[in-house]
Amino acid sequence: MEYTVLIFILPLLTFLALGLLGTKLKPNVSGSIGTTVLGICALLAYITAANYFSMPRVDGVRETIIPLHFEWLRFTENLKIELGILLDPISVMMLVVITTVSLMVHIYSLGYMHGERGFQRYYAFLSLFTFSMLGLVVATNIFQMYIFWELVGVSSYLLIGFYYTKPEAVAASKKAFIVTRFADLGFLLGILLLSYYTKTFSFELLTSGDSTLFSQAAGTTFMGCSVMSWAMALIFMGGAGKSAMFPLHIWLPDAMEGPTPVSALIHAATMVVAGVYLVARLFPVYYLETPEVLVLIAVVGAVTSLYAAIVACVQTDIKRVLAFSTISQIGFMMVALGVSGLEGHEGLGYMASMFHLFTHAMFKALLFLGAGAIIHAVHSNEMSHMGGLRKYLPVTHITFLVACLAISGIPPFSGFFSKDEILAATFAFSPVLGITMSFIAALTAFYMFRLYYNIFWGEESSHEHTPHEAPKSMTLPLVFLAVVTVFAGFIPFGHFVSSNGEAYTIHLNWTVAISSVIVAVIAIAAATALYKKKSPVPDRMAAALPKLHHAAYRRFYMDELYLFITKRIIFNHISRPIAWFDRHIIDGSLNGLANVTQRVAYAIRGIQSGQVQQYVYVILLSTVVIAALVLWFL
Amino acid sequence: MNILSLFVLIPVLTLGGLLLCGNTRQIRSVVATGASLLLALAIGVVIAFLNERAAGNTAEMLFRSDVMWYKPLNIHYSVGVDGISVAMLLLSAVIVFTGTFASWKMPFQQKEYFMWFYLLSVGVFGFFISIDLFTMFMFYEVALIPMYLLIGVWGSGKKEYSAMKLTLMLMGGSALLLVSILGIYFHSAGEGAPLSMNILEIAQNSSMPVELQRWFFPLTFIGFGVLGALFPFHTWSPDGHASAPTAVSMLHAGVLMKLGGYGCFRVAIFLMPEAAKELSWIFIILTGISVVYGAYSAIVQTDLKYINAYSSVSHCGLVLFAILMLNQTAMTGAVLQMLSHGLMTALFFALIGMIYGRTHTRDIREMGGLMKVIPFLGTCYVIAGLASLGLPGLSGFVAEMSVFVGAFQETDTFHRVFTIIACTSIVITAVYILRVVGKLLYGGIVNEHHLELTDAVWYERFSVIVLIIAIAGIGLAPLWLSNLIQNSLIPVLNQLNF
Repeated sequence: MEYTVLIFILPLLTFLALGLLGTKLKPNVSGSIGTTVLGICALLAYITAANYFSMPRVDGVRETIIPLHFEWLRFTENLKIELGILLDPISVMMLVVITTVSLMVHIYSLGYMHGERGFQRYYAFLSLFTFSMLGLVVATNIFQMYIFWELVGVSSYLLIGFYYTKPEAVAASKKAFIVTRFADLGFLLGILLLSYYTKTFSFELLTSGDSTLFSQAAGTTFMGCSVMSWAMALIFMGGAGKSAMFPLHIWLPDAMEGPTPVSALIHAATMVVAGVYLVARLFPVYYLETPEVLVLIAVVGAVTSLYAAIVACVQTDIKRVLAFSTISQIGFMMVALGVSGLEGHEGLGYMASMFHLFTHAMFKALLFLGAGAIIHAVHSNEMSHMGGLRKYLPVTHITFLVACLAISGIPPFSGFFSKDEILAATFAFSPVLGITMSFIAALTAFYMFRLYYNIFWGEESSHEHTPHEAPKSMTLPLVFLAVVTVFAGFIPFGHFVSSNGEAYTIHLNWTVAISSVIVAVIAIAAATALYKKKSPVPDRMAAALPKLHHAAYRRFYMDELYLFITKRIIFNHISRPIAWFDRHIIDGSLNGLANVTQRVAYAIRGIQSGQVQQYVYVILLSTVVIAALVLWFL
Repeated sequence: MNILSLFVLIPVLTLGGLLLCGNTRQIRSVVATGASLLLALAIGVVIAFLNERAAGNTAEMLFRSDVMWYKPLNIHYSVGVDGISVAMLLLSAVIVFTGTFASWKMPFQQKEYFMWFYLLSVGVFGFFISIDLFTMFMFYEVALIPMYLLIGVWGSGKKEYSAMKLTLMLMGGSALLLVSILGIYFHSAGEGAPLSMNILEIAQNSSMPVELQRWFFPLTFIGFGVLGALFPFHTWSPDGHASAPTAVSMLHAGVLMKLGGYGCFRVAIFLMPEAAKELSWIFIILTGISVVYGAYSAIVQTDLKYINAYSSVSHCGLVLFAILMLNQTAMTGAVLQMLSHGLMTALFFALIGMIYGRTHTRDIREMGGLMKVIPFLGTCYVIAGLASLGLPGLSGFVAEMSVFVGAFQETDTFHRVFTIIACTSIVITAVYILRVVGKLLYGGIVNEHHLELTDAVWYERFSVIVLIIAIAGIGLAPLWLSNLIQNSLIPVLNQLNF
């Protein structure tokens, strides 16, 4: 499958071409180049997937193939960075997801970004991002993943700050980069630790289940935890940063300052699930070597999911609601991985997590693109400027509703199947966790329908001009993604992806399925009652719990904490004193030394008077003294 | 004629040519020819070196040439290169080349300016090709003195103060060096054998007892370390860089600071391995401090040049830090970091010079939104910033990762702790780089006059693009370079494992 390499080379070349030619190209030319190339990539990705999944299993297990790899940099005998392509079920699935969503976003942006300044730059960055993300998922070793991990980070930085004259966008891009960089520091240290003890970067070796690889680390502990636990927890920290896990999630809501199609691609469907993908990639290591870190992952996932769902219920900016919803759903995926086992039906969580990653990418991209169409129509992100839009935006309305139903877990939409598997897996792990996750699922249904009703129903707010449906280039991707969302649930996903590569048949757990549907329906009913028509109840509820409402609205002050750390502590209490110390103490002492030298020189220069009598006098005197001393000692 | 001696000859001839020049056109053609010849020569030497190695020539130093210079003290003009010096020669040639184009227009006395500039490069090239301690030291001094005049005459701001401070501090360093060179010389051979200044001979025959090494190693390391911005002897760097004219900043941060790292490695560690092993901890602490201290200081600066000067303290600290890890991977990283830092700081200083030439300020509070008016310079500044914060695909990443992976191979707690401290610099670097990029280039225009700025002209573009190509070249295909360096480290490692 050597042709797979084209999937990466093409976007890279597009990036270079669009980036270097820049404004010499007409906007629509660069738009069509970008979109066409991505179309080819998507096609190639589908061919790869078809070929890969039609290969016969070896011993009932799907093979891992590496069609291409070469040495890029060698550190030591064993530790070398290779660049290559690794195809296994999850990476092939990710290829399909990324190219599909990216293609939809490329098409959509032709309409959405039409007439924007920097259109060429936008498409260049989109290509760069697509290239980096694809490189990330097919990484053959953990260092290659880190390389592309950084590259997606910078693409995300560039795209969030696309409107670079807007101070909010600049601040948001900076924040996103720094917060994820901080997490990447953990990732890097984790890689260094892991590779030092295992003497390899290769995923194939690491996940082979060969425990002798980890024998050198055995017995080494640091602060009460084994060194492997530290390494794997630090690697997870990198994943938590990219995947916006609490408390490193703070960059994601701000990242919504970027153009909306970018939010759909990077901050909903692909880059933010990189952390989940990382954990899935190293799952055998987590499961076999450091099960305690897997519990940590589940806990972090659950806390994040709950926190984000609560915050999403009170946000008024539609993109922020969707951002918190994304955080919450990624939490679901993390929890599913955290509770999963490795063999046979133990591996339900793993499969469910990947399934949810897949379906979520589709319906969340759909939601964001829908939100983009709405923003395009009313020129605002605020719910209060919307209402009653279903008349004006029929296509957007239907597709948005489909996505809302999917994320709420209503059958037969795709979200129902994947979420149901996750819930079944968590119930099997611990009923408490299961109930918590069900509650979060209910919250999800509630805030999504709050959003839906606020946008499409309720009172119409006054518009400067009548909102109108988006152009074809924008509605086409919506319809496509909606169709996928409707039917994706029926894919026999376990047949393609499972924790150990064996075929896995999904059985609906009817108790969990029925109860979760009932809970979702109740939540939707509550949202309908509260938000379908203007009702005083929500305001009264907010007034009854002013502190809680305000805290949730301010996202429980996590951003203030970030500002406190960066502005107060780092800027004012570390950097300033250090800079002062440098200028006044270190430099000051040098200047002091120079001053003293100068003064001493002034003070003693009188001795060189130039008077011969004085010199003779001194010479005579010295001779006598020396002679006396010599005589004395003799 | 030895091919390496051309590295000294070409700048000398350029100097001579400049003497004859009468007008700006002649000056420009002379320096452009000189710089191009140097670059071509450096590339030629790299290719020739790789060919020799591929042909199986395993001599420690290639292209050797040796002329007796002063018999009583056995001083030779002795040249030769290994992979590391070849890499440094290439770096120096690139910087001299781009620096020449960055000084295409000078307000006054361009001829004299270029004369000092090329005298400086005589010293730099001579230093990297020498394997005789005395000749090496002489070239080192030749490289330092012109700096005083270049900053003092063509500089800006409090230039006299900065020039004096820089020269005095670096001279202080060379005083220490002179002492240690003499110390090494008098123990360069066993009882009764003739003394030698040749580094390779000393490395084989040195009879310096460990007790004496304990004295001379710190002297040498600090002596060179002053030039490598070793904490707490780094304070010449912010003032010096801020006052120096563009090309001098480029050459100084890009190449001259590398003399420090190269010297620490070639003289201090190579010739006194026992003491290096014993005393490395002291300097690991100091360089570890340099790395984070420089980065934190850079966060609050408001002058573009000060930001990059402190950033240099941090990055050069990492060079010395990596050398002190005394293992192959980290030392390879150190040399890569020298190359990478040289190229990207030169790029930074070139861009800052170009921006300063337009806005007449370097204070980031007085600028903003420049991306819109000067997109070419803005984009290049972002690329330089990304290289500085270690983006994969650009040179900084390769260097930093080699350093960190190498440093992590040392398992004891002391090394671990300082490695982790050094690693944190990747976050702090991101903070100060993005702060500057955000303030300088993004946002709205702060000063109305800036709306009329014009973007880079051809010679500016040329100089910047060459640097970016070099940075991206190392970043995209690092394997040949790192192999080149790794192989050249074997003699040092043999010394260390005596």
